[in-house]
Amino acid sequence: MSKILKPKDIPEEEFILSGTRACSGCGLSLAYRFALKALGKNTIITVPASCSTVLHGMYPCAAVNLPMLNTAFESTGASASGIRAALNILGKKDITVLAWAGDGGTTDIGIQSLSGAAERGTDIIYACYDNEAYMNTGTQRSGSTPFGAYTTTTPSGKKQRRKNMPKIMAAHGIPYVATANAVYPIDLFQKFRRAKDEFKGDTRYIHIFSPCPPGWGFEPQDLIKIGKLGTETGIWDLYEIINGKFTLNNITMKIVQGKIKRKPVVDYFRAQKRFNTLSNNAIRRIQEEIDKKFQEYENSFA
Amino acid sequence: MEKNKYKPWRSIPDDIRFEDLPTCPLAISDKGSIGNTGEWRTFRPVINKEKCTKCMTCWTYCPEGVIYEDNDELFIDYTYCKGCLICYSECPVNAIEKVREEI
Repeated sequence: MSKILKPKDIPEEEFILSGTRACSGCGLSLAYRFALKALGKNTIITVPASCSTVLHGMYPCAAVNLPMLNTAFESTGASASGIRAALNILGKKDITVLAWAGDGGTTDIGIQSLSGAAERGTDIIYACYDNEAYMNTGTQRSGSTPFGAYTTTTPSGKKQRRKNMPKIMAAHGIPYVATANAVYPIDLFQKFRRAKDEFKGDTRYIHIFSPCPPGWGFEPQDLIKIGKLGTETGIWDLYEIINGKFTLNNITMKIVQGKIKRKPVVDYFRAQKRFNTLSNNAIRRIQEEIDKKFQEYENSFA
Repeated sequence: MEKNKYKPWRSIPDDIRFEDLPTCPLAISDKGSIGNTGEWRTFRPVINKEKCTKCMTCWTYCPEGVIYEDNDELFIDYTYCKGCLICYSECPVNAIEKVREEI
């Protein structure tokens, strides 16, 4: 990735107007703020039912200073395709279409319309902010909930593994797939800038890890710590898949190169109440899987 | 149509009826769409101007975007600051203190 920016290089203009409905210490709010700063004011957003609809506010008020179309849960991809088709007919080429959906609206309910849009190569940026459950309706299990996590529909911890959505999107052959973490906002900003500027004309997909204080069971002030632990323990890797070529970046690359020491996963699990039911044996198994994954990374990147 | 007619619901004057609002459900963006979210706070983050190095870490991590720079100094907009204290726990020089709100 090109040179790493500093906070002073980020545009000052805010598109999220303060006083939103998002919870205090919301990871989504932080990621959204920087994504919109990267895309700029020539953007049309489409949002399905999710926490971001809550953030956007209720008629006749809106909290985001950009045009936004609310859509049904399953049709984010279709809605974004429709906006792009309308812009093409009007001859407006310089407008970015952003589809911004949660993990439920992407991995479970909206996967068919997203897959359709990616297969057609529609000129949109699709961003999924992943808070690992249906947080908007009170923490129900989604396809992206990790193994062992408590939700109201998995009271003793989820028994199944999670879906690897960025890899599913990469299998569509789209030119740009990236993962980001809400607590590395500058890395996230650069990925959105890159998606906007370098890969115009095709579907681009960014998957954002977005910690949620009430749903995951930690104090709002620990948002940054929990999010950073996610990447530093190797649970959430930061990578880009550009035209099929897989590259690690930021912290994950530094861990693989040996510049930063990887932390044990138990730190991440024991900092959150949702993993209270996860046994030490299960954590040991997860640690082994992550060690194996990093061994593979080291073989191909170090 | 006057521009100020369709302000957010809090500021709609009593003499405008619901039927007078536009037929297309088009929301207008403004600060404080849920009201003054500063009322949610238990603790108030206070910047110590002497210790502050203006590294902008708090500005970067603020989910609400209430920290702003004016005349080379950082300020917090207490009308909308929700008091999540991310700035307090992330400040690299501990220049932000937390003070309990009083009623």
